[in-house]
Amino acid sequence: MTIPEFEPWNDPEAKPLIQFQNVTKRFGDFTAIDDLTIGIYEKEFFALLGPSGCGKTTMMRMLAGFETPTEGAIFLAGQDMAPVPPNKRATNMMFQSYALFPHLSIWENIAFGLKREKMPKADIDDRVDEMLRLTRLEKFASRKPHQISGGQRQRVALARSLAKHPKLLLLDEPLGALDKKLRQETQFELMDIQEKTGTTFVIVTHDQEEAMTVASRVAVMDHGKIIQVATPDRIYETPNSVYVADFIGEVNIIDGTATPNGEDSYSVAWKDGQAPLNVKSPTSFSDGQSCHLAIRPEKVTINAEKPTGVDNAVEGKILDIAYLGNLSTYHVELPSGAVIKAQSANTRRISRRAFTWEDTVWLSWTATAGVLLAT
Amino acid sequence: MRRFSLIAVPYIWLLVLFLVPFVIVLKISLSDYAISIPPYIPQFDPDSGIGALLAKLDFENFVWLTEDDLYWKAYLSSLKIAVISTFLTLLVGYPMAYAMARAPQEWRASLMMLVILPFWTSFLIRVYAWMGILSKEGFLNQFLIWTGVISEPLTILNTNTAVYIGIVYTYLPFMILPIYAALERLDESLIEAAEDLGCSRLTAFWLVTIPLSKTGIIAGCFLVFIPVLGEFVIPSLLGGSDTLMIGKVLWEEFFSNQDWPVASAVAVVLLLLLIIPIVLFQRNQQKQEEAEQ
Repeated sequence: MTIPEFEPWNDPEAKPLIQFQNVTKRFGDFTAIDDLTIGIYEKEFFALLGPSGCGKTTMMRMLAGFETPTEGAIFLAGQDMAPVPPNKRATNMMFQSYALFPHLSIWENIAFGLKREKMPKADIDDRVDEMLRLTRLEKFASRKPHQISGGQRQRVALARSLAKHPKLLLLDEPLGALDKKLRQETQFELMDIQEKTGTTFVIVTHDQEEAMTVASRVAVMDHGKIIQVATPDRIYETPNSVYVADFIGEVNIIDGTATPNGEDSYSVAWKDGQAPLNVKSPTSFSDGQSCHLAIRPEKVTINAEKPTGVDNAVEGKILDIAYLGNLSTYHVELPSGAVIKAQSANTRRISRRAFTWEDTVWLSWTATAGVLLAT
Repeated sequence: MRRFSLIAVPYIWLLVLFLVPFVIVLKISLSDYAISIPPYIPQFDPDSGIGALLAKLDFENFVWLTEDDLYWKAYLSSLKIAVISTFLTLLVGYPMAYAMARAPQEWRASLMMLVILPFWTSFLIRVYAWMGILSKEGFLNQFLIWTGVISEPLTILNTNTAVYIGIVYTYLPFMILPIYAALERLDESLIEAAEDLGCSRLTAFWLVTIPLSKTGIIAGCFLVFIPVLGEFVIPSLLGGSDTLMIGKVLWEEFFSNQDWPVASAVAVVLLLLLIIPIVLFQRNQQKQEEAEQ
């Protein structure tokens, strides 16, 4: 059995559910969103990722209708959303603070939106019960929001925003208030619910792990612009800029100048004066163009002896070891003073660790391990 | 022991400044009127002892209150004026509190200051100022005639209208402050959530803002209602001869009639009437505290 691939963004026929067209949003002198164009497809779990102040929340609030674009237009299912007020939009939002009505019970909170639609009483009962089941809250229906835990409140907020069958669900840092363990569990729950309901989700987060876990595509934002939109693996493996490489996970950035030495192959001279590095890159660089080599710590191998038959090898001294339990990150100082991080799985107990501080080690990586980025 | 003495302070305060005077008033209310100084015959005579006191005990002053319709009319009229003016104060105060709570953060302290500012001048002077504004030759009439809205001056002073204006003006801060406190705590995202779930601005206000400021509304209403019920200065200065309020009756019994026993009986009944809303108010506060836990 083959699972059909869900990649509407690669299908030229597919029409996006949401279309941002040259959207700019200014607050006074401050430009929150800068000439942004992007499409989000139906059933996608789309993550907006970026540091605080990058405009991701503004983007979401424009989708919900709480802000209107200064320039450009937003289309939802082909309809221009500018004149539609929040209460008439087929979108629902799950607020960062959850925004549960403290004077209403859990049941009434979930029923709130349905009652506004003048739905028959019996249908409201059915729908609320269904949402309570979906979020495993049946036991708490008659409680008030302040009588339940943070994780339960989060699920009430989700149930309330899903109750109206929105075309698009917006989640504003939905897991920010939960502790790490609960957050990870809830991420999988969110994905489950998204799959079950088939609703398009747009999530705003500053937590890259969260974005990578839940999303079908991630948009990395900075200063009101989307820097890169791609699937989590592509964002991680082939970032298109130093900013994205640096923002997502740990990375070593080595500055140098590229010289072509074969097809898609470059020799990178770096300021250390050591032997040039061999790098394969599908994007082309001209002779002598300055570049950055971004390489993930887990793709750097650490050895006691100089390895043979590798594309790149450098010698250095262990400066620091960050012990993470399952992994250890070694900070290795090269003779020039530059520090390169290498990560390896702790397959042996810590007492038998092969390397310790001040050890001289060899770091090596293949020509395809890193990504060569232009300045 | 230290904790006990800490609790004892407010209780001693209450004992000395509330309970003792109340017992004195109660004692006078049970005695008989006499032309003497003080103008009543003490009920308790140490020589004849407690037995004689109980034998002589009667409630004739309280019975009198039910026989002369002046008193229950005055109580009813006070109640009516208190209810109406509380409602009017709410009507004026709520929008002000709402606007204050919605004002930019840096403005709020100044707006709050403006609400409290009138307290810096004497209450009596402010009521006299209203006499200057509302009288036949007052500023309001002069202004209205000057603008041509009316040709003949309006009679406002010495009517119930003037009393309502005076009460709303005087008690407005007591209404605004608790409502403001409730509205300021209100999370803006709750309103947005309500709109997101299909409410118009108005329904969101009705279904979220009003219920969540309920405790503030109730607190404000009681803070206005309770003192207005026994209000004396405003009706006697701004009201007319037809403005009947129990505070005025009380004053007249004490000082014009010199009938201390009846006046004391009026005061005791007023206190009993006030205890009901005060108990209700306490309960509201308690509920609010429980809800916040």
